[in-house]
Amino acid sequence: MKRSITRLLMAPSVILLLIWMIIPLSMTIYFSTIRYNLLYPGQNNFVGLLNFEFFITDPGFIPAVSNTLILLSTVLIITVVLGVALSALIDKPFFGQGIVRVLLISPFFIMPTVNALIWKNMMMNPVYGIFAWISNSLGLEPIDWLSTYPLMSVIIMVSWQWLPFAILVFVTALQSQDTEQKEAAQMDGATGWHIFRYLTIPHLYRPIAVVVMIETIFLLAVFAEIFVSTGGGPGYDSTNLAYLIYNQALLQYDVGVASAGGLFAVLLANIVAFFLIRAVGKNLTV
Amino acid sequence: MTYLAITELQKHYDNYHALRGINLSIDEGEFIVFVGPSGCGKSTLLRTIAGLESSSGGTIELDGRDITELASSKRDLAMVFQSYALYPHMTVADNLSFALRLAKVPDAEIQEKVRSVSASLQLDALLERKPKELSGGQRQRVAIGRAIVRQPKVFLFDEPLSNLDAALRVQMRLELARLHKKLGTTMIYVTHDQVEAMTLADRVVILNAGQIEQVGTPLELYRQPNSRFVAEFIGTPKMNLIPADKITRKDDTLSLDLFGNNIDFPANRVKGKLPETAIVGIRPEHLTLVEEGGDIQGRIELVEHLGSEAYAHIQLANNQTIIVKALARSELNDNQEVNIKVDVAETVLFNESDRVISVIPEEV
Ligand SMILES: Nc1ncnc2c1ncn2[C@@H]1O[C@H](COP(=O)(O)OP(=O)(O)OP(=O)(O)O)[C@@H](O)[C@H]1O
Ligand SMILES: [Mg+2]
Repeated sequence: MKRSITRLLMAPSVILLLIWMIIPLSMTIYFSTIRYNLLYPGQNNFVGLLNFEFFITDPGFIPAVSNTLILLSTVLIITVVLGVALSALIDKPFFGQGIVRVLLISPFFIMPTVNALIWKNMMMNPVYGIFAWISNSLGLEPIDWLSTYPLMSVIIMVSWQWLPFAILVFVTALQSQDTEQKEAAQMDGATGWHIFRYLTIPHLYRPIAVVVMIETIFLLAVFAEIFVSTGGGPGYDSTNLAYLIYNQALLQYDVGVASAGGLFAVLLANIVAFFLIRAVGKNLTV
Repeated sequence: MTYLAITELQKHYDNYHALRGINLSIDEGEFIVFVGPSGCGKSTLLRTIAGLESSSGGTIELDGRDITELASSKRDLAMVFQSYALYPHMTVADNLSFALRLAKVPDAEIQEKVRSVSASLQLDALLERKPKELSGGQRQRVAIGRAIVRQPKVFLFDEPLSNLDAALRVQMRLELARLHKKLGTTMIYVTHDQVEAMTLADRVVILNAGQIEQVGTPLELYRQPNSRFVAEFIGTPKMNLIPADKITRKDDTLSLDLFGNNIDFPANRVKGKLPETAIVGIRPEHLTLVEEGGDIQGRIELVEHLGSEAYAHIQLANNQTIIVKALARSELNDNQEVNIKVDVAETVLFNESDRVISVIPEEV
């Protein structure tokens, strides 16, 4: 009796969540099995797995998958390593600590599109970008970042965007570190490096796991930065899965193939999540 | 031979003068206890000795070497913290061996030391556990073990037992006393539990508002306090303090006038000039309830029965309440009028600036 009331009361939210998830998913699955090209309306016949075949054999597919994984892993490494280092540096009180913290965290509040525009036009532009100016003043040939190192440029932009998030989490975590433990280590003869290595890093395992998880969710679907800066090019050099799907759906008007790509992206996310949880998830349960 | 010498030590925090000229010399192998009310600077003094706080003046010398400006890792001291401060991500064994590993001691030696320390503290079975899998008492033992393996010159303890329950506290107190006997290392121990201070210490240092109030063996402090502060701080229940409004001299005897009751006090036990008034300090066990011929009279307000003894709270004629120790099963009733006998030999006198003016006679 009691139980059925509980269920009854829970039902609306459960049903709503199910609808929320099931309808888009089943529509995507449905679209992925029919011919659905906006240029040929009305010819929506069942094609089986043909859309998947098209997507997987697309010349952009292999580069997109590898770019997605490279982007994900590089940005994760950069943000975690730099994040830990910077937060450890600004943990000790110093003059202007408050301002430095705010400055370090502020990029997080900038929209991805704006972020990409700033980097594209103010930093990496070969004529009036700051990098070009630095090269020029050193007497070097300025580099056209976006066309010479397109994926690297995207990685820099995305890292800049996500580093503040990592710092925010790590700085908070460092504040909960026990000072008596550090003092005990100090008396045991530990140097600053020893304390960092044997106390601070282990203390940060769990926040690192959290940062990696959350960033992964967003980094698998990076889109705005690529769209605004490189447009996925040159060729497929900076195309990731999200951008490839967009390409299929809106540049080639093929909703069927795009849906198949979407389902593949879901699959990839699950594979990544599986390995990720095995690698860092155990830190979450401690 | 002085082992640890502290001279004119000062500590200023941003806007608080925490240590105001501490002078103390400690011999090798002594067990020194710092006690005092909360906020008097016990932890600050200990942490300054440890090098965790920098001093703002004065010197600290250990074993003939000036360590005032030395980094805490170079001072050859080990500290046990109130929160234990075990390294949470390391096993007990790794906690114990951390300092040795940092000092690049050979592996075989590390293992031997960890083994012998863990055996003496009954930690053998726990070596592979993490700190959070231990009970409070076990954590405390690991913290002590971590200090012992390093064989430091001095052990520093900051209220190490205050997080334990009462029974465990008694047991750990005994273990500490045993440990000190076995190792013979100099120990400095901070507490505000006076039972710990009295039972563990060779000498007790009483601190008050950043200054040393008195240093002495527990018994000295108990029998011959320097000041009213020490007299009230040491001993439970507190020493009774009764004002003597008038003091008259008759040959070798002083007659203390306690609102009409006279107590005779040997004049040769008073130092310096004879005062006109004084405060008479008598501990509850030096007052006895007698049938007749008592020195003072009062009325019982309340009796606390502790099983082994009883404490009678007695109201005197001046409305002051004093505490008298009585026999466990004495038939005392509330509101009963009683006679109280004073043990003059154990009585101390304080002047109006709260310093002691009498000496206790040598015990015969
Ligand atoms: N970091 C600090 N900054 C400013 N004042 C401090 C600081 N640490 C301690 N104090 C002050 O110094 C005084 C002595 O502090 P301390 O910690 O030594 O007291 P304590 O005797 O150990 O007291 P307790 O028995 O409560 O532990 C206190 O009044 C405290 O407010
Ligand atoms: Mg303290």
